[in-house]
Amino acid sequence: MPTINIDKQDLFEYLDNQYNTAQFRELCFEFGIELEEDTSEKFVLAPGERAQLKIDIPANRYDLLCFEGLTRALGIFLGREPSPTYRVAHTENPHRIMVSADCAQIRPFVVGAVLRGVKLTKERYQSLIDLQDKLHNNLCRRRTLVSIGTHDLDTVEGPFTYEARRPEDIRFVPLNQKEEMDGHRVIEFYETEMHIKKFLHIIRDSPVYPVVYDAQGRVMSLPPLINSEHSKITLDTKNIFIEITATDITKVNMVLNIILTMFSGYCSEPFTVEPVEVVYPDGETLVYPNFERRTMTTSTKYLNGIVGVQKSNDEIIALLNKMSLDASLDKKTNAVSGLLKKMSLSDKSEDSQIIVKVPVTRPDILQECDIAGCLGIAFGYNNIPRAQNNSATVGKALPLNKLTDLVRKEMAMAGWTEALTLSLCSHDESFKFLRRTDPGTEAVVLANPMTIEFQVCRSTMLPGLLKTIRENKKHAIPFKIFEVSDVVFKNPELKGTGAQNERRACALFSSRMAQFEVIQGLLDTIMQSLNVRHTRKGAAGYYLAEAELPTYLSGRSASVVYTDEDLNEVVLGSIGVMHPEVLVNFELDYPVSAFEINIEPFL
Amino acid sequence: MSEELKLSILNKLESENSIADTKTAFVDVSPETILGALKSLESQEKVNYKTLTTEFWTIEAEGQDQIDNGSYEARIFYAVPAGEEGITIAELNSKYGKVASLGQGKAFQNKWVKKNGSSIVRLVDSIVDQIKADLEVVQATGSHPNTNVIRDLKRRSLIKQNKVLSYSVSKGANFSTELKKQATDLTVEMLHSGAWKNAEFKKFNFDSLGVNPSGGHLHPLMKVREEFRQIFFDTGFEEMPTNEFVVSSFWNFDALFVPQQHAARDLQDTFFLKEPAVATELPEFWETVKDVHEKGGYGSIGYRYPWSQEEAKKLVLRTHTTAVSSQMLHKLAQEPYRPAKYFSIDRVYRNEAVDATHLAEFHQVEGIIADKNMSLGSLIAFMDRFFQKMGITKLRFKPAYNPYTEPSLEIFSWHEGLNTWVEIGNSGMFRPEMLRPLGLEEGVQVAGFGLSLERPTMIKYGVDNIRALVGHKVDLGMVESNPACRLDKKMGKEVFQSAVETAN
Repeated sequence: MPTINIDKQDLFEYLDNQYNTAQFRELCFEFGIELEEDTSEKFVLAPGERAQLKIDIPANRYDLLCFEGLTRALGIFLGREPSPTYRVAHTENPHRIMVSADCAQIRPFVVGAVLRGVKLTKERYQSLIDLQDKLHNNLCRRRTLVSIGTHDLDTVEGPFTYEARRPEDIRFVPLNQKEEMDGHRVIEFYETEMHIKKFLHIIRDSPVYPVVYDAQGRVMSLPPLINSEHSKITLDTKNIFIEITATDITKVNMVLNIILTMFSGYCSEPFTVEPVEVVYPDGETLVYPNFERRTMTTSTKYLNGIVGVQKSNDEIIALLNKMSLDASLDKKTNAVSGLLKKMSLSDKSEDSQIIVKVPVTRPDILQECDIAGCLGIAFGYNNIPRAQNNSATVGKALPLNKLTDLVRKEMAMAGWTEALTLSLCSHDESFKFLRRTDPGTEAVVLANPMTIEFQVCRSTMLPGLLKTIRENKKHAIPFKIFEVSDVVFKNPELKGTGAQNERRACALFSSRMAQFEVIQGLLDTIMQSLNVRHTRKGAAGYYLAEAELPTYLSGRSASVVYTDEDLNEVVLGSIGVMHPEVLVNFELDYPVSAFEINIEPFL
Repeated sequence: MSEELKLSILNKLESENSIADTKTAFVDVSPETILGALKSLESQEKVNYKTLTTEFWTIEAEGQDQIDNGSYEARIFYAVPAGEEGITIAELNSKYGKVASLGQGKAFQNKWVKKNGSSIVRLVDSIVDQIKADLEVVQATGSHPNTNVIRDLKRRSLIKQNKVLSYSVSKGANFSTELKKQATDLTVEMLHSGAWKNAEFKKFNFDSLGVNPSGGHLHPLMKVREEFRQIFFDTGFEEMPTNEFVVSSFWNFDALFVPQQHAARDLQDTFFLKEPAVATELPEFWETVKDVHEKGGYGSIGYRYPWSQEEAKKLVLRTHTTAVSSQMLHKLAQEPYRPAKYFSIDRVYRNEAVDATHLAEFHQVEGIIADKNMSLGSLIAFMDRFFQKMGITKLRFKPAYNPYTEPSLEIFSWHEGLNTWVEIGNSGMFRPEMLRPLGLEEGVQVAGFGLSLERPTMIKYGVDNIRALVGHKVDLGMVESNPACRLDKKMGKEVFQSAVETAN
């Protein structure tokens, strides 16, 4: 969720000082944004320092990412100003960008437009820069999908070209630099620059780099990295040329429209922008921007139903207008239904079709449900009447969880204490430390863990419980701990993921002596509670079959074998006295005995 | 010995009716021994006693030095010979060292001596060493009639305060001079012999604590989970099979209408798998999902980007249990319509840096309601009821954004302790772009809500660091001593906090 910084005084003045910080916080809450911090409340400001409001903006509201957009949306929401109509000026000979065929292999799309007669101030200039930053980091996915270049139109000459050239053939002075560089030098130069270096990977290894030239062959920008010093915008810039390059045609249009709608208010003819033609190698010519508002049809019945209110047509239209949506009754269909109503042929008396024109500032509105969301906000989520109309349904526990609780409670009642360990661990903890070798068919391995603590999903519960004893050295002996939870392992036969969980019960005893009979006694208790008799091989029940298991001391370990009513044998797990080397690996001082069994056969 | 002492206390009481001060009545017996005897006699109600505290002052080593050799300032005075010549400061310092530096100031202040050039000369012929005299009074009497003197001597670390305990004793309700052996417990032998009939039992101290039972204990997070499950069962929810940590990106993201370029799908947010790395197959309706992302449908314009099957096949550790909810909804949609409520409480994973409030894995509580009548109004009404069962009565809702729900909301509750609104969960109505490809018919609304299990547990059990609650660093002592979970009652810090508030 992006956070923006807004000048407090400017904002409050825009709202005619009708709000203090606490009241503004409430307004934000209602509107669905969040005032995180008023810097003047938290810190003592330096002399001349202006208070900032840090505001969290929902990730889909690109139209609220700058002062211009936020104040406009709030102004409309509060009914203080109308929604502007954004226009594309009719231009006889619009500027052109000619796209070369090579661009297709690196960054195929470009769009553009001109903001004419702009009055820039320090604040407006900074806002334009900040908005580009916010868009680059969010919608543009750190410039991989889209990157924005803004230029002083009066320093360059059209028609412009968008090309892909070998790095060594590109020469220019990058923004705020003095040295002329070629493409390779640019990469090398920005390798150590905090801000730009994280974008270098987008083009570094490409044989050609995308580049925008003017008619005189001057480089204007090297997307997605840097603009040129020559065409840079200053406070004196009057006419701004915007070029935006992309790998995603949908998003590049969104970005262009956001930039234009946010800043066209400063044009000599407010909210009016000059188009740019983009000519592709096959001769296809496209004109940008497209300010045509998308028309959506919804109905009062649907909107009222989703929100849970009973609003009239006029009320709904007024509420949607507060959210910058131009809503109106669909005269044609409503005339028909009105006629039908008069003739008593239709019972849809409370349903009217509503036509909504979605402004280009709201590309987040995809479906009717988004309009319902807007209606909810405009009406106020906290004003919606509570409706107790849930259908009756029957509660039910998952059998596996019911079984788990049974086993957990038996263990606790037997005097054991429940631990809660992580299901991720290091590869060594799962194998080497337990004296096991990784067969390669067991562990589910993570691709991108931040630490070695999370290399694999645990395929045994033992590491977590052994570590719990290690971290509780201050606890008096004996330790009697257990956990019933899931392990995960590979199962190539399983369609879909090829990995599965298994519910295990695991318990550890640690004291001055290993006392196998204590851990065995707990296993016996669980089996008894599950109605499984202690028997010998060949009879229904469970038995311990001596087994050499590397994790346990030789001769002191067994498999726990369950024989069901149909005399099918299942190995549930193992029990034994932990091998002293395992204790050393987990830094434990006292002997440990343990069992770990799969409880799923008892479902 | 102790029997003897007890008897002599009782005899003295018999003859004198009371003992004003054991310090004078039993000069040679230590206060600890006296107290032992008195406690034993009190438990038999033979005596009552009160503790007397006597304070007295003793001389510190430096004070003793000044009693023996005179105060520093007096020693300086005597070091200065009578007459105009006096003694040079240098000589005084070299001869008397520390005493010279400590005593000079006071001697000047007392106008006993004065500086004359580089020398010190006498101003008076004789002096009275008041410090020494005062110290001698303290040594003899343990105190001094002038409290200012005591304060001054104490400030100069010459004397130290001491306390001695003694007792005043009077006859108890069962006073007698006879001592009888008391039984400490009822034994099987006493039952058999009948000795219990004549036995006198030692009185219990009911203010002390009992012996700890060596029982077992459930983990507090699991106790809170149990409470949540109960609330879900009470409100008609069926538990979902969430024992599936590894899921495909398809179920975790794509089926939920989370676009493939969404930030949540970045390497720094989600654990992807190396082995196994990809799902072997996608569910048969994957193309419907692809279409709704690429082209829209169901009244939606979609996200309009090229959807990749490879991306959807990437396996992840589920980032939310909604990856299972979506599968449940898909199953539900294969049956004739019925309203349904599902819930789960299970582990989810985020590839985040671990700190006091974040773990790479935590437990998510999630509920979903599928119903034709569902509206924002009925969802909010349900939230009210659900949280009321947890003892949370003051709720409000903030519009929010979530890629797979619209309308979406964040749930805030009023926190009395912090005196502010805190976010406790989020909720929303699932988007048609998610529901319809899963097969749910138009008009069936599904609302979902989620919160973490750790957060309410940390609040209820007063745990500040999540690592002390979940994982191997959990304090077993905490697990063994924590109270039962009663979400609708005050617990942990809440109890403590309200006790403090009442006291204030």
